[in-house]
Amino acid sequence: MTVAPPVARPQGVKRHHWIVRVTHWTTFVTLLGMIASGLQIYSAYARFGERGGPYFVNAFEDRQFPGWSRLGGWLAGALNWHFALAWPLVIGGVVYLSYLVYSGEWRSLLFRPRDIRGAIEMQKYYLRLRKDHPPQGKHNPLQKLAYTFIIVLGALSVLTGFAIYKPTQLKWLTALFGGFQATRYWHFWAVWIFTAFLVAHVILVFVVDPASLRAMIVGWYRGRFPSHD
Amino acid sequence: MIDRRSFFKLAAGAGGASLVAACGWDGGNAVRPLLLDVSRINDWVGEKIFFSTRRLAPEYDIAQRTARLPSYFISPTMPELKDPAKWQLRVDGLVRKPQSLSLDDLRAMPRTTYTVKHHCVEGWSAIATWHGVPVAAVAERCEMLPQARYIRFDSFDSGYSNGWDLASAMHPQTILAYGMNDNPLPASHGAPLRLYSPTKLGYKMTKYLVSMTFTADRPGGYWEDQGYPWFAGV
Repeated sequence: MTVAPPVARPQGVKRHHWIVRVTHWTTFVTLLGMIASGLQIYSAYARFGERGGPYFVNAFEDRQFPGWSRLGGWLAGALNWHFALAWPLVIGGVVYLSYLVYSGEWRSLLFRPRDIRGAIEMQKYYLRLRKDHPPQGKHNPLQKLAYTFIIVLGALSVLTGFAIYKPTQLKWLTALFGGFQATRYWHFWAVWIFTAFLVAHVILVFVVDPASLRAMIVGWYRGRFPSHD
Repeated sequence: MIDRRSFFKLAAGAGGASLVAACGWDGGNAVRPLLLDVSRINDWVGEKIFFSTRRLAPEYDIAQRTARLPSYFISPTMPELKDPAKWQLRVDGLVRKPQSLSLDDLRAMPRTTYTVKHHCVEGWSAIATWHGVPVAAVAERCEMLPQARYIRFDSFDSGYSNGWDLASAMHPQTILAYGMNDNPLPASHGAPLRLYSPTKLGYKMTKYLVSMTFTADRPGGYWEDQGYPWFAGV
């Protein structure tokens, strides 16, 4: 099966609902703010583990992140940014997930066991072990895997965030993640996975399909892969 | 062409965000008040939704105590009383029977001991045992008036103080601690008397106490007035 020829309609095909576009960009901006204020918060105590140790393995132990990467100026400023931005981040996430469920679009995004086979085929195609692009719906199985993973990571970031915010009132949640210091550690790890995802995501958009950026802004897609819709 | 234009728009946005971060921006005069307003909303959520006077912080085994707790005070040198024997805690404000309580008076009152985890706003945590009298017992003794909604705690550490909502202060684990790890409270941790609670961040627990005042209006506090969250529940 090959990629279908581009559709002639000038506006292209409708790809993203406005709810998806708005939550995508508000999440992007708030996530940058959350990471930057989080790095400032980290400066106040740059290690993980109860006082006196033992401490978790951490390449950034007792290190400060460069000034351009931090937001808030000092601990109180960063905390206020972090706890204020948490609102749009969580609300955006809930609205987005509700839309996925309501519209049924979750079906084209959620990676399920039956996608494993397709993911392997897709990986073969990328590794040039097979010549033709495997058939797919809106997203290929590897994209489904990536987007499902990032939604799960987002949920884990929010949950670990609450567990750090209220370790006494939500002690069951904090215990679930291995205690207060372990929860801080996972919350910090989430930053690097988000950062890696962000870099890969942006590179793939520009290298593989720049038209998808326009689609995420105006909703209409008129690039090389309209069959994916 | 539109892709490229969009890209530049995006790049400009990201550049702006980096610039903002580069300045160590706390929001400036335009955004900082807004952030503080949201912080007040978060205080409300912390008090009304997360906090409960019936929910207790977990207790730990004595064997889990942290070897050494960091010591914090705002004075240039460690605050110490010239004549500890003369020290008394003044309890006044919206109460029927104002009190002046010596350490012996406090030790004769109901005693609470617990081994709990301390959460610092900086991100560190440590376990220690604390001995003291519940603030609720002091409130009962001085017969606080129904108009009282807050308590202001003052210290002899260069004016360091905190304001507490009544619900948090009446929590059974909120105590005036005169002992730590089976010993009298050391000067490095607020001797002769400090406020302690495992449901608050460390900066809410006033050390080197001299007085507690029941008020109708919300008192500020040393760090709270500088922008740290007022409720600071954990």
